[in-house]
Amino acid sequence: MIKYLINRILLMVLTLFVLATLMFFMFRMLPGDPTMTVISSALNPKAQEEMKRQYGLDKPLHEQYAAYLRNIVCLDFGYSFQHNRKVSDMISGRLLNTILLILPSMIAAYALGVVGGALIAWKRGGKLEIGTVIVSTAFQSAPVFWLSMLAIFVFSVHLDLFPLGHIVSPGMHHGKSQWAIYFSLDFLHHLALPFIVNTLYNLCFPLLLMRSSMLETLGEDYVELCRMKGLPERKIIYNHAMRNSFLPIATTLPLILGWAVAGSVVIETVFSWPGLGLLMVEAVQRSDYPLVQACFLLIAVLTIVGNFVADLLYGILDPRIVYE
Amino acid sequence: MLGDFLRFIARSKLGMFGLILFAACVLVAVFAPVLAPYEPMQKHYDVSGKLMKLRPPSQEHLLGTTILGRDVFSQLIWGGRPALVIGLLTAMGVVLIGVNIGLIAGYYGGWIDNLLMRITDIFMGLPFLPFIIVVLSLTGRSLWTIILALVIIMWRSTARVIRSQVLSLRERSFVDAARVSGASSLKIIYVEIAPNIFPVALVNVVFALAWAIITEASIGFLGFGDPNVLSWGSIIYEAFASEMSYKAWWWVIPPGAAIMILVTAVYFIGRAYEEMINPRLKKW
Repeated sequence: MIKYLINRILLMVLTLFVLATLMFFMFRMLPGDPTMTVISSALNPKAQEEMKRQYGLDKPLHEQYAAYLRNIVCLDFGYSFQHNRKVSDMISGRLLNTILLILPSMIAAYALGVVGGALIAWKRGGKLEIGTVIVSTAFQSAPVFWLSMLAIFVFSVHLDLFPLGHIVSPGMHHGKSQWAIYFSLDFLHHLALPFIVNTLYNLCFPLLLMRSSMLETLGEDYVELCRMKGLPERKIIYNHAMRNSFLPIATTLPLILGWAVAGSVVIETVFSWPGLGLLMVEAVQRSDYPLVQACFLLIAVLTIVGNFVADLLYGILDPRIVYE
Repeated sequence: MLGDFLRFIARSKLGMFGLILFAACVLVAVFAPVLAPYEPMQKHYDVSGKLMKLRPPSQEHLLGTTILGRDVFSQLIWGGRPALVIGLLTAMGVVLIGVNIGLIAGYYGGWIDNLLMRITDIFMGLPFLPFIIVVLSLTGRSLWTIILALVIIMWRSTARVIRSQVLSLRERSFVDAARVSGASSLKIIYVEIAPNIFPVALVNVVFALAWAIITEASIGFLGFGDPNVLSWGSIIYEAFASEMSYKAWWWVIPPGAAIMILVTAVYFIGRAYEEMINPRLKKW
């Protein structure tokens, strides 16, 4: 177990290192020199040289690379091209905003999806089953930004139940700490609609998967044996079938978590939610490369840590798994 | 083999439904120049010479007009082309790479497997859309760079699935038989094992297609699509960026619905096929 943990953590560090390296070389090797956006070619050559020296771009590549890695380890991502602020200051508050947007809805989606999928598989063959399968497939197929826009159109613009976006009402929380904001009703009001849309959207995958996994389990001999023993149907479903059917769904958790983190880019854009994803999209549009790099790496960390946690959870759920 | 595939799907009602929807989408995309009533980028003016901007649906413009006076219906018809082209090419690229890596890792095992799977693990750490956005911002935005970015990041899950299939296949007696009779490794991989993973690979093609279409739309929506190509995602982006998306519903609902219908069709096809090759899932 300890050995497995160490290996797994080493792999996480290796992955991050490779991604950071990839970022470094991608931004320097690919066409479209990013430095052109800050160092204008209209400046006289001497000023250009001076600016290059300031940014450390006159040094050989391997020295730049070493400095880059050193800075990342110290969580120093340099200064934003656009805002002239420290990148680390700009992203620190954003991370939590993104997590608060994604994590609660992921948990809700999985809980509802697993229970719902099991129910459909149990009561199979009816109109309910076909209906649910069709509706959730269609829902899953729709682009989430479009669903969000429809939800805003109906519930915010027409019914006026929720705000149009953003994380809090402007001006309401002036001078309050970020934590005080998170515990305010206003924040929850803003979170409600993206939470609902995100939950319903992410619900479809575990729901459909649980249904088919449950169908497989219900065909197993041991379920038949339970029936022959005369166990009540409810007990068979909850104590025996559901527990085993859940395993394949648990394996997909890291995958879905990865999608959700990446998908936050889109949802945050629609809801003007000040998270990492929105920050990154804006940074890319403005060619603010230090900011892009930092956001990308942080989103990658979220994904990788999410994968890790999901793997550990899987081991807890399935005692047959032996870590080597 | 494609005939088998179609026959399999046609046996399920939802599969048949998906197949018909998908065929309809392909036909609309292919015959877009004939079907679209106007040029998609043409600006329309009314009799008094005023730009017909944001007109609701009418007989003349079935789905109304955009803020620049363009016909939404014609844009909708043209917008399916990039979705299908990017989707199909990406799915093929993904499966080509994923299947080969899965075959090699699974068959050879040992350090080759270890190396390839660690590489796959590293790719698993790449966040999906952010990675694509970064690639597109550095390589420029075109259909080809979008396909390239999608393939680079999507092969990973196919490779894993195929590898686990190959791991069990390579212990079967027919593989031993081939080995004893002196077949080379390459021959065993591609002649003996590969046909057996064909069904699983095909399921992967279908689901990769669905994912590629949705992702292409998301890229378009974020404004990173090919600036010279009109796609469903970029139509919604234009509405969103002009801040008219909550007033001109006729501009936003149709392209999103089109994406939903196309992807639903693909999912139905994929599920129907999956249920055929794994009969326990079957029976409605």
